[in-house]
Amino acid sequence: MLKAQDLHLTFNPGTPIETQALRGMSLEIPSGQFVTVIGSNGAGKSTFLNAVSGEQKVDSGSIEIDGIDMTRQPVWARARHVARVFQDPLAGTCEDLTIEENMALAKMRGRRRGLSFAVKPVLRDEFRAQLATLGLGLENRLGDRIGLLSGGQRQAVSLLMAALQPSRLLLLDEHTAALDPRTAAFVLELTVRIVAEHKLTTMMVTHSMRQALDVGERTVMLHQGRVVLDVSGKEREGLDVHHLLEMFEKVRGEALDDDKLLLS
Amino acid sequence: MSLYTLLGALEIGLIFSLVALGVYISFRLLRFPDLTVDGSFPLGGAVAATLIAAGTDPFTATLAAMAAGAVAGLVTGWLNVRLKIMDLLASILMMIALYSINLRIMGKPNVPLIMEPTIFSILQPEALADYVFRPLLLVFVVLAMKFLLDGFFATQSGLAIRATGSNARMARAQGVNTGLAVLAGMALSNALVGLAGALFAQTQGGADISMGVGTIVIGLAAVIVGESLLPSRKLYLATIAVIVGAIVYRFFIALALNSDFIGLQAQDLNLVTALLVTVALVVPKLRQHWSGKKAN
Repeated sequence: MLKAQDLHLTFNPGTPIETQALRGMSLEIPSGQFVTVIGSNGAGKSTFLNAVSGEQKVDSGSIEIDGIDMTRQPVWARARHVARVFQDPLAGTCEDLTIEENMALAKMRGRRRGLSFAVKPVLRDEFRAQLATLGLGLENRLGDRIGLLSGGQRQAVSLLMAALQPSRLLLLDEHTAALDPRTAAFVLELTVRIVAEHKLTTMMVTHSMRQALDVGERTVMLHQGRVVLDVSGKEREGLDVHHLLEMFEKVRGEALDDDKLLLS
Repeated sequence: MSLYTLLGALEIGLIFSLVALGVYISFRLLRFPDLTVDGSFPLGGAVAATLIAAGTDPFTATLAAMAAGAVAGLVTGWLNVRLKIMDLLASILMMIALYSINLRIMGKPNVPLIMEPTIFSILQPEALADYVFRPLLLVFVVLAMKFLLDGFFATQSGLAIRATGSNARMARAQGVNTGLAVLAGMALSNALVGLAGALFAQTQGGADISMGVGTIVIGLAAVIVGESLLPSRKLYLATIAVIVGAIVYRFFIALALNSDFIGLQAQDLNLVTALLVTVALVVPKLRQHWSGKKAN
């Protein structure tokens, strides 16, 4: 499914603020797997996610999705295979467009856009049914500008939008981090449901170790731009947050600053 | 103000409502501050007038003017998307380049159309005076363009262009080739402006190299006046607002210039325009202030 090999990426090379964000990052995700990605600030989580989505070009290495080399493809060309939910709830939707127009846009993700009307009655029914599953009453507000919705509501719609069109890979970039705890829990629950329903291959970046262990079936820890821990199955089931912290300390060979990880 | 000046103001207002629709597409939908307009308006006029003077059928000439406008928009878009030149600067470069190009097309500073056929003279029925028929035909053209635009921006492609202007990162993540969307939007916008230029040349007796000066300000003025008269985020209302804005704006200009007691003359046009735009920009803020709402 996703095959990232030996990715290297350096920001501002040759300047005093040079940062090696990815240093030989490799990760393979088989079809249908739900992987959570953790790591301290600057470990390369978001950079890796951006490299996979195409927002960030890598210096070397290769990214394959379903056997197709995507390393040099622009974001919009990868969108056929990759769906994405951003950390910022405002980033994933167009505030000037209505709920149904946003969903219509996502419905055509990665497909040729022609001159037929974007919102058709049959689509409207589909959107309405999808929105009803959220239980937020949005099914009656299809024609409202999405800018009128709260951050949590917009994030929930973003998730629905990501699943409107079959994709090979769903990328979640700390998509609950900007929400209040109750809304975050709701969005996370929705994530698990949608991923299970559509059997999506998913990579979720998170700041929360608790979340990383509770959700999905495999957890990967990044440090200094590469994978330092990769647990799944039985080994992962027995793990708790303090185990992760110990492992992290071990691989790093130095004491860990708890605050940096923003435990919750 | 006589009926004649009234209809004359309506006529020019309608022509500039096409400019305003173009400006609405670039400034509002694409959020691309596009000054190409000052060059693509006379470009449309130059192409149409030169072709008509050379004996081309006026309808073909008008279509050619639209195509020329579209190409001008494409080049501006290309300078920005492909060569990464800042949007405003790219459009200024195109605007001054078009000054030379327009002179080249016409071969002289102006091309008069006095006896030559125009789309207005060809379609003119016997029963109507020309100054009545021209605004009538223009109403039809403008409404046709409005409905075509409303329709287009509700299609999958049109939605992709609107999304590009509203949130380009999101649009890309949904598989929209945002570079292409900017090019398409700019071509569409300047095609409308080119059409306006072609119609202007055919109603005002020819094309002139200086006919484009301040077009962008008039277009923006129309958009801003329209938006303050009829504030709406719905596209089909916004396009109506922009058209109404262009006509209202033109009426105010005619009123100001024709009221002897104010003592304004034709050369004061640009000053009056600047004042009107300033007023239109300030009034919505004052209204917010008076109603005690916080500006956001």
